[in-house]
Amino acid sequence: MTFSLFIQSLINGLNQGAIYALIALGYTMVYGIIRMINFAHGDFIMIGSYTLFYTIPLMINAGMPPWLSVFLAIVICAGTGVVVEVVAYKPVRKAGAMSALITALAMSLFLENLAMVLFGAKPRNVQKIFDLPSVRVFGTSLPMNVVLTIGIGIFMMAALQLFIKKTRMGKAMRAVPQDRDASILAGINVNKVITVTFAIGSGLAAVAALMYCAKYPRVTNDMGSMMGLKAFIAAVLGGIGVIPGAMLGGILVGLIEIFVKLFAPGWYEAITYAILIIILLVKPSGILGKNAGEKV
Amino acid sequence: MERRVKISYVINFLGVLGVFLLFVLLFESRIFGAATQYIKGICTTACYTIIMVASLNLVVGCMGEFSLGHAGFVSVGAYASAIVSGALTGKGLPDLALFLIALLAGGIAAGITGVLVGIPALRLRGDYLAIVTVAFAEIIRVCFCNFSITGGGKTMSGILKLSDFYWCYWIMAACVAVMYLYIRSRFGRTVMAIREDYIAASASGINVTYYKVLTFTVAAFFAGVGGGIYAHYMTAMIPTNFNFMYSAELLSEVIIGGIGSLTGSIIGAAFLSSLPEMMRQFSQYRMLAYSVVLIIVMIFKPGGIFGNWEFSLVRILHRAKKKGHEKAEGGVQPWKQLERKSRY
Repeated sequence: MTFSLFIQSLINGLNQGAIYALIALGYTMVYGIIRMINFAHGDFIMIGSYTLFYTIPLMINAGMPPWLSVFLAIVICAGTGVVVEVVAYKPVRKAGAMSALITALAMSLFLENLAMVLFGAKPRNVQKIFDLPSVRVFGTSLPMNVVLTIGIGIFMMAALQLFIKKTRMGKAMRAVPQDRDASILAGINVNKVITVTFAIGSGLAAVAALMYCAKYPRVTNDMGSMMGLKAFIAAVLGGIGVIPGAMLGGILVGLIEIFVKLFAPGWYEAITYAILIIILLVKPSGILGKNAGEKV
Repeated sequence: MERRVKISYVINFLGVLGVFLLFVLLFESRIFGAATQYIKGICTTACYTIIMVASLNLVVGCMGEFSLGHAGFVSVGAYASAIVSGALTGKGLPDLALFLIALLAGGIAAGITGVLVGIPALRLRGDYLAIVTVAFAEIIRVCFCNFSITGGGKTMSGILKLSDFYWCYWIMAACVAVMYLYIRSRFGRTVMAIREDYIAASASGINVTYYKVLTFTVAAFFAGVGGGIYAHYMTAMIPTNFNFMYSAELLSEVIIGGIGSLTGSIIGAAFLSSLPEMMRQFSQYRMLAYSVVLIIVMIFKPGGIFGNWEFSLVRILHRAKKKGHEKAEGGVQPWKQLERKSRY
């Protein structure tokens, strides 16, 4: 492997990883707070991508830069996230883990098939979002839009970390997973915290949609399910419920995928899943997670 | 064996035979005219779906764990049986024997996969197990996409069309009967004890892992048999048929029918698999309708439509006899007492 190919793959891997990390953040926040795998989370990316697909031409017509439509996508995704939470998840929250998991799965199926009915099964091509030149670094051409998406990813993660650590809402979001009853006693409105968590997670999915569409400008109705699954793997790999873990896991999964693709193109998906299996069997709490014993 | 048990076996067999004769009458009298062959096809679809859904219900209902990778076992069964029947063609075997051997091979291959997947995966529980089963199913799919014997990612076609409805009906009846007996056996009771409280079960000397893997393997075996029928009905298949969506579809049929109720699985699978065939023009709304029904069922009746209620011919006959004898004064119906509170 030449050095330039290595750099190229490294950049591609980081780009892919930043997308996974943003999606994984949504999974990990929701899992941390209500112990539920939100299968529908991957489909929020699909919703964000369709929003971009439909609003970018409007933005261009209005003479504005196309990336501004991401704000619209954030609003729509966050809105969908809150609606999904209130309509489907809230009624089953007390019914146990199994019901919650099935409802989440059903919600994912619902969103995917609704998109198929509304927008058709044909893939759509999103228009170019960033129009930036490439620079040459170490003898390889480095597309600036890849650098920009990685930058956006890092910025979003840093902003989220600040929000979690410094604000009152962030503090409440850290408190609820630790002890729900105690946080109710301390005056935290748990329902509101959960809703805000869903809104933030879904908004991050919209940003991930922007990054994904800048790299692969193709929107289909089932793009979310497999990407969501891989992002979930990233969240588990880093330690579910741990926010820095999701970032680390996302970057790792992205890098592994791109590098395996170089050597065995047909097998890269299998390798990603094999990593998940190994991690779950060896250290289910993930790289940065703490081992919690089981109370009898 | 007690006389009562023997009689109930005979009654149930007669019931199955009666339904079979009804189908034979419907098809042979040409009531449907030109559509007979088409309706027979739908019924075959229902048969293999019933086997797959009922086998998934062993894991979801009886064991209380959540498998999202059942399509993986189905695909192993489908490909193994297709390969075996392809290799044995022209060896002078009668069609039925060839079909049964192929199905058995498919079932055994899926069962072996079940052991291999179950031993590591069943150490986990709940959400994590669900995700790991997805991962295994995807790995199986990627393998089939890369092996040349399974078509190497392209359509594998030219499989013999052996799935005749009359054979499939009896295979389905036998599979469901074995699964029902499994649930009612010592093994089934043990697994249910593990489901209720695995710490208490292991404290009373039950080898938790052994019984879980055993149930998983039995479920995988029958999923493989279902997959074999599928392969010999479709005559062509591609690994992407058995993706995550297919697993999710099977699981939603289990849950809509009733978690832990084979009756629910049979009715749910038969109804839900034949419904889209009858309304072809609405086929794109099928999964949309499934998901809405699934959410509504989860919110209002978390145990599924049939809960864990089982249909019993013997019980109905018993009640009819009792009513005829003494004109019972309402009273508590016996099965209401038996009905346990749904677990979920």
